[in-house]
Amino acid sequence: MKPFTVHTGLVASLDRVNVDTDQIIPKQFLKRIERTGFGEALFFDWRFNADGSPNPDFELNQSRFQGASVLLARDNFGCGSSREHAPWALNDYGFISVIAPSFADIFYNNCFKNGMLPIKLSAEQVEELFQRTKTNEGYRITIDLEQEVITDNAGLRLEFKIDPFRRECLLKGLDDIGLTLQHTDKISAYEAQRVAFR
Amino acid sequence: MPKTLFEKIWDSHVVHQESGQPAILYIDCHLVHEVTSPQAFDGLRLNGRRVRRPDLTVATMDHNVPTWSRALPITDPIAKQQIETLERNCQEFGIRLYGLDSPEQGIVHVIGPELGFTQPGMTIVCGDSHTSTHGAFGALAFGIGTSEVEHVLASQCLLQAKPKTFRITFNGKLPRGVTAKDIILRIIGEIGTDGATGYVIEYAGEAIRNLSMEERMTVCNMSIEAGARAGMIAPDEKTFAYLAGRQFAPQGEAWEKAVAYWKTLPTEEGATFDRELTLDANTLAPQVTWGTSPGMVTDITSNVPDPEAMPTENDRKATRRALEYMGLTPGTPLQEVKIDRVFIGSCTNSRIEDLRAAAKIAKGKKVAAHVNAMVVPGSQPIKKLAEQEGLDVIFREAGFDWRESGCSMCLAMNPDVLQPGERCASTSNRNFEGRQGAGGRTHLVSPEMAAAAAIAGHFVDVREWDNA
Repeated sequence: MKPFTVHTGLVASLDRVNVDTDQIIPKQFLKRIERTGFGEALFFDWRFNADGSPNPDFELNQSRFQGASVLLARDNFGCGSSREHAPWALNDYGFISVIAPSFADIFYNNCFKNGMLPIKLSAEQVEELFQRTKTNEGYRITIDLEQEVITDNAGLRLEFKIDPFRRECLLKGLDDIGLTLQHTDKISAYEAQRVAFR
Repeated sequence: MPKTLFEKIWDSHVVHQESGQPAILYIDCHLVHEVTSPQAFDGLRLNGRRVRRPDLTVATMDHNVPTWSRALPITDPIAKQQIETLERNCQEFGIRLYGLDSPEQGIVHVIGPELGFTQPGMTIVCGDSHTSTHGAFGALAFGIGTSEVEHVLASQCLLQAKPKTFRITFNGKLPRGVTAKDIILRIIGEIGTDGATGYVIEYAGEAIRNLSMEERMTVCNMSIEAGARAGMIAPDEKTFAYLAGRQFAPQGEAWEKAVAYWKTLPTEEGATFDRELTLDANTLAPQVTWGTSPGMVTDITSNVPDPEAMPTENDRKATRRALEYMGLTPGTPLQEVKIDRVFIGSCTNSRIEDLRAAAKIAKGKKVAAHVNAMVVPGSQPIKKLAEQEGLDVIFREAGFDWRESGCSMCLAMNPDVLQPGERCASTSNRNFEGRQGAGGRTHLVSPEMAAAAAIAGHFVDVREWDNA
């Protein structure tokens, strides 16, 4: 996995609560058997009109958000299905971090498995970022995972917290299957005494 | 210190834990389906890893399978490829598969309990958020992403931070015509779709104890719609009676030992939860969702809400947007809302009791002329049993389509899809925009309410029907 250390990028905002994984990547695209290529289908039903043309009313289609790598969102982002295709699609489209007041559990977890950083901030802090994004075209922020701080070039400084283990894994790009398999002897010992009735 | 059901299961499955790190949690049963597994098997191959415990892994195909006759070919080449990929992966890694030709094929969360794989005290995972269904047996069951599917395949373990605990007590008795589906929709309406994020819910109280195992599965199934990691209900005599004699349940002496162990699992007197909520079943009415999130739900006797009456600006915006998508006007009585389609099925409500309840409403009546209604049993054994009981005849005579088993129009990955603008009374679990087809409008209800709506052509209060 690619490490995540410090990232500076363009911020795009999506001002809706409860954005679910069915919106992030609609089911008709879940039939692919690869991890790649989902970016084209990201937010498909919102991004495109029925005739396949881009929907000009959808936030991410604005020219000012092209090339964004940080997605600013509202409460309960990523709710619904466990499909990891959701972070795959966001990542494939170009997003490496999502910032919101709250995330659905499975989505939040899935992000870390793909070298992406979901950041929880207070509703006020997220609102502040929404305002700055709205009023500054080309608004960029720097996310420093080592220091756990977000800054911009206009004096913003927002601290955030990531679980130390997840932070370490992202900073070093660690594969957690490999980490667990280092404990194979303990797993075998557990299995030897495990209660199983079948 | 007295322990909760959750804590007992958690503690007995921690293989290893270092301070400040997530636990390595052992998984007793891993359920696999075609949509969230191909990339996980690829990952194993890429890293030269094997499946550690194929004997604790079970696969089925359900999400994108057509529900028309099994004799007909799968016309979607990409769906076909995904199904064939699962067959190949199961063969290569030695995993038991209930494929399309199996007499036991069905929705993963239906066949797990049906075959007796699901048992109290277990940890159960699947690359599917509705894995919470299995919590009805007093198991710790939750959905995972594909990277975690690979993790479990490779190690039979997961890295997990310990969630918090939340007890929801439903006191009183359910009135006639009010169901387990209404219990869980009411809970989601009360606490919101992120109300239980970070928690494992234990459902308790008289109304929960009185539920059958299938009804308990309906409640636990939609725990994820309240944001919970899992939902669970303490095992009791109903749980044991359901499991006795099932193919993969313990037999003979092992059964006696298992039951003795399962009886030690319920939450002890005096155990504490991080959060508690108490609700009353006596006053519960049939629930109908009106919006594009399961929390947008109200009593059948209510009207479509007014966005301007919502407490926060985010709520007002979300409600306006939802009503626009749903094509609904504030103030309209829900019972005047006309429907085009009815879907009875999904891992929430496709079991035999659901089908019996819907058939009881439909018996001797006709689906409204403008409504297209379908019934999709959760598994092949359920389909067979329903046919033995003559339910298929009741449905067919009333004008319902009677289909083969699968997830079908719950998520519309297969050919069962709503057309843009079509309004559906659905017994499934999600009413997200486009969930049942781009532009489709989903209202979540119980099987009884769905069947009654099919016949009336609009939503009705099923309590007013004599046969409810």
